[in-house]
Amino acid sequence: MGDWMTVTDPGLSSESKTISQYTSETKMSPSSLYSQQVLCSSIPLSKNVHSFFSAFCTEDNIEQSISYLDQELTTFGFPSLYEESKGKETKRELNIVAVLNCMNELLVLQRKNLLAQENVETQNLKLGSDMDHLQSCYSKLKEQLETSRREMIGLQERDRQLQCKNRNLHQLLKNEKDEVQKLQNIIASRATQYNHDMKRKEREYNKLKERLHQLVMNKKDKKIAMDILNYVGRADGKRGSWRTGKTEASFFLRNEDEMYKILLNDYEYRQKQILMENAELKKVLQQMKKEMISLLSPQKKKPRERVDDSTGTVISDVEEDAGELSRESMWDLSCETVREQLTNSIRKQWRILKSHVEKLDNQVSKVHLEGFNDEDVISRQDHEQETEKLELEIQQCKEMIKTQQQLLQQQLATAYDDDTTSLLRDCYLLEEKERLKEEWSLFKEQKKNFERERRSFTEAAIRLGLERKAFEEERASWLKQQFLNMTTFDHQNSENVKLFSAFSGSSDWDNLIVHSRQPQKKPHSVSNGSPVCMSKLTKSLPASPSTSDFCQTRSCISEHSSINVLNITAEEIKPNQVGGECTNQKWSVASRPGSQEGCYSGCSLSYTNSHVEKDDLP
Amino acid sequence: MNFSEVFKLSSLLCKFSPDGKYLASCVQYRLVVRDVNTLQILQLYTCLDQIQHIEWSADSLFILCAMYKRGLVQVWSLEQPEWHCKIDEGSAGLVASCWSPDGRHILNTTEFHLRITVWSLCTKSVSYIKYPKACLQGITFTRDGRYMALAERRDCKDYVSIFVCSDWQLLRHFDTDTQDLTGIEWAPNGCVLAVWDTCLEYKILLYSLDGRLLSTYSAYEWSLGIKSVAWSPSSQFLAVGSYDGKVRILNHVTWKMITEFGHPAAINDPKIVVYKEAEKSPQLGLGCLSFPPPRAGAGPLPSSESKYEIASVPVSLQTLKPVTDRANPKIGIGMLAFSPDSYFLATRNDNIPNAVWVWDIQKLRLFAVLEQLSPVRAFQWDPQQPRLAICTGGSRLYLWSPAGCMSVQVPGEVLSLCWHLSGDSMALLSKDHFCLCFLETEAVVGTACRQLGGHT
Repeated sequence: MGDWMTVTDPGLSSESKTISQYTSETKMSPSSLYSQQVLCSSIPLSKNVHSFFSAFCTEDNIEQSISYLDQELTTFGFPSLYEESKGKETKRELNIVAVLNCMNELLVLQRKNLLAQENVETQNLKLGSDMDHLQSCYSKLKEQLETSRREMIGLQERDRQLQCKNRNLHQLLKNEKDEVQKLQNIIASRATQYNHDMKRKEREYNKLKERLHQLVMNKKDKKIAMDILNYVGRADGKRGSWRTGKTEASFFLRNEDEMYKILLNDYEYRQKQILMENAELKKVLQQMKKEMISLLSPQKKKPRERVDDSTGTVISDVEEDAGELSRESMWDLSCETVREQLTNSIRKQWRILKSHVEKLDNQVSKVHLEGFNDEDVISRQDHEQETEKLELEIQQCKEMIKTQQQLLQQQLATAYDDDTTSLLRDCYLLEEKERLKEEWSLFKEQKKNFERERRSFTEAAIRLGLERKAFEEERASWLKQQFLNMTTFDHQNSENVKLFSAFSGSSDWDNLIVHSRQPQKKPHSVSNGSPVCMSKLTKSLPASPSTSDFCQTRSCISEHSSINVLNITAEEIKPNQVGGECTNQKWSVASRPGSQEGCYSGCSLSYTNSHVEKDDLP
Repeated sequence: MNFSEVFKLSSLLCKFSPDGKYLASCVQYRLVVRDVNTLQILQLYTCLDQIQHIEWSADSLFILCAMYKRGLVQVWSLEQPEWHCKIDEGSAGLVASCWSPDGRHILNTTEFHLRITVWSLCTKSVSYIKYPKACLQGITFTRDGRYMALAERRDCKDYVSIFVCSDWQLLRHFDTDTQDLTGIEWAPNGCVLAVWDTCLEYKILLYSLDGRLLSTYSAYEWSLGIKSVAWSPSSQFLAVGSYDGKVRILNHVTWKMITEFGHPAAINDPKIVVYKEAEKSPQLGLGCLSFPPPRAGAGPLPSSESKYEIASVPVSLQTLKPVTDRANPKIGIGMLAFSPDSYFLATRNDNIPNAVWVWDIQKLRLFAVLEQLSPVRAFQWDPQQPRLAICTGGSRLYLWSPAGCMSVQVPGEVLSLCWHLSGDSMALLSKDHFCLCFLETEAVVGTACRQLGGHT
């Protein structure tokens, strides 16, 4: 708490003081000092404060205190502590409620003030620390400033020194240059002097030489001689002839002639060489020109469009020139006449070519620039990734191929030199063989089973056929009898029927109805064909074993497809379903109805199928 | 490669006859003429004093032996051994002697270059040419032997006189714009004469046969100039080597410079093959040394052997610090030679004395550099093919061809060499011996070269 007090802002405290002073001035209270202290010191309640209060209000001065307080409070804008008196004479009474309200308000105010004070203090703390920070910053910056200033001074010093040096060097250079100039002058003068001296010396030397010559030559030196056994012939076989005054001129002319001949020959030779070279160069030039023209012609239109006014004429010139110069005769003309034209045209073409190439370059650079934009970069990345992937794949594939090759080689190698492997392989083969054999036997068994079944089926079919025969015979006889009855007792027909039905059972009765209907339906069913064959089949079934065999094989063949086939046949046979039903019901005695139907329809179908397939077979 | 036996020799005087049939050599005051094939002595002539210079006549019929000390020239005939001729220059003295191209005249230069005496062997006539210039190369004959150009000095001015060799008539006489003419040289076609100035000034002038100035070329000023000049055999190029270590090639049409070849000590271009001679420890191998060493007949030799190695590219060659305050400093291009087919140019930079540079003239670029262990003394092209023989004064002969190069152990210390006309053999001259070296056609060298070919 003590710290707290010290930390408090002096400004703040002074402010409170002024307030208190003001209050004290307004009304001198007996304990104005204390109140001042109370106002000044914040709420913290110490024993001292209590003692102040006790001192402030005693039994004696309650009234005074109250009035003082009231006054004070009213100046601060609080309601009066006294009840409003109706009459002025009446003594004002203390309003307890007002007092309490005032107190409450004071307390609230006090609390608010405390809070505010707290805030202010924390802010103060913050500001203090900020201040410290800023101060340290400031000091640092000051230091920096100092150092940089020092540096600057150093640099300036160095600059100055360097400039000084530079000046010195310049001076030196100048001196050196002067020196060089001087030396050159000296050299030149020395050279001239040397030359002069040399000339002088040489003259002297020449004089001496001359003198010596005279001395030596004029002495008629006996020693100077040639001692020769005999003179030899000239290498060219001619006689040596020494020139005389007369012949000298002619000799000279001849020599001149010869010299010029030699020179001419040399020049001719060189001219020939140059001509040859020239011709070759011309050839190259012509070819180049042709190529240039062919190269430029397709894109001639473009520049013309673009720079019609400026180069259009040039281009047309070029075209003209090209047309002119492409003529062979032009090339054989001497250079001087063609040269200007030629060079001009070539220059023009070259300019066009250059501009074209530049344009292309620009395009290329543009493309490059564009290429560096986002899309292409991404595409490139993609591309790279893709290529990486592909490369990886390739590597994998290569590895695979390699391993395969290795394996193959191993196998080959082992096959060539290792018997065990071959044995092993044999073992594998044997195993496989056995396995196959087992399977084979299984198949065989299955086959046997199938055949057995088939046989039973055929037997059943034969039996059925026999039964059917018997039944038909029976029926024939019965129909015969009925017919006979009908002819005799026509009016009693229905009764007979009834009687018969009662006699032979409901199934027969139904059958009968069906049969009576059958003749009506027959023409229709004949056209269908299948019942015919069916009947045929059924008739032939018992009769010929060959057909039965055939049927067997057929059924065997169509075994797999029987289910599908059955569906189809069921539909096909629909028109005679009624007939089929009746027969079915009849045959049900012999065997299961499902299998019956299957067999039956299967047979019928197989037959038709056989027809079809027989056609197909060849 | 085979070698003949070693013969005695003095003053490095050994020459093949121009027709390639004979070999003349001198031993003190004796002149020995041998058959090139059998090496048997055909003639033996005795001169009056120690021979200082010999020269075959162009028709290989006569040999001239000069004894400068005594001012004597003796001429010997190969056909008539008994024939003799002695020319005495008397008190005038003798400093040079040479044949005229017809082989019937001898040109003797007297002491102090007072005059040139032309002695005829056909007639008893003597003619004098006055004022010859005392210079390095003052006399030059055209290749066809028709004309002679002579540098003269009169009244402190340089002149060139062109004589017709058949009758020694003066054809042209003109002054040259030179300070101090140093050399003249005919182009092989005989139509252009190159004239170059003293080394104090870079200046080369080209004159036509009729004395017209065709062109003047100067690369720079205020520095030492031309050191060596060589015409290409095709007369198409003129190579000018100078003290700045560069060779400049002039063309024959405009006489302008086509290119210049610098000779830096550091070679950085990876295209250039640098062959470096390396000492090989003697116990390693015998016989013919090359890279790789082909087996040849030579027996074990006492001195250490060497071979060429291909140096990896940033190569720095051994340089010589020239003494610049003395006359004739060892800098600049001192030796220049075109191959007979004009395809290659061999050069030596005198401050990189161990190296020979071979330039490709077709492509105008450096082709190869050969660095030997000791300074190159001489090199000469094979007259028949682009093959360069180099000697360094040691007991090794170095051969280069475009396919590669090799170093061969030879008897004696080779100071000089000269090829036979056919290119099949060459004479290797040492201080007091010489031997013939027979190159076994292309078989051996070719295979060696082919093996080398992979590296080039």
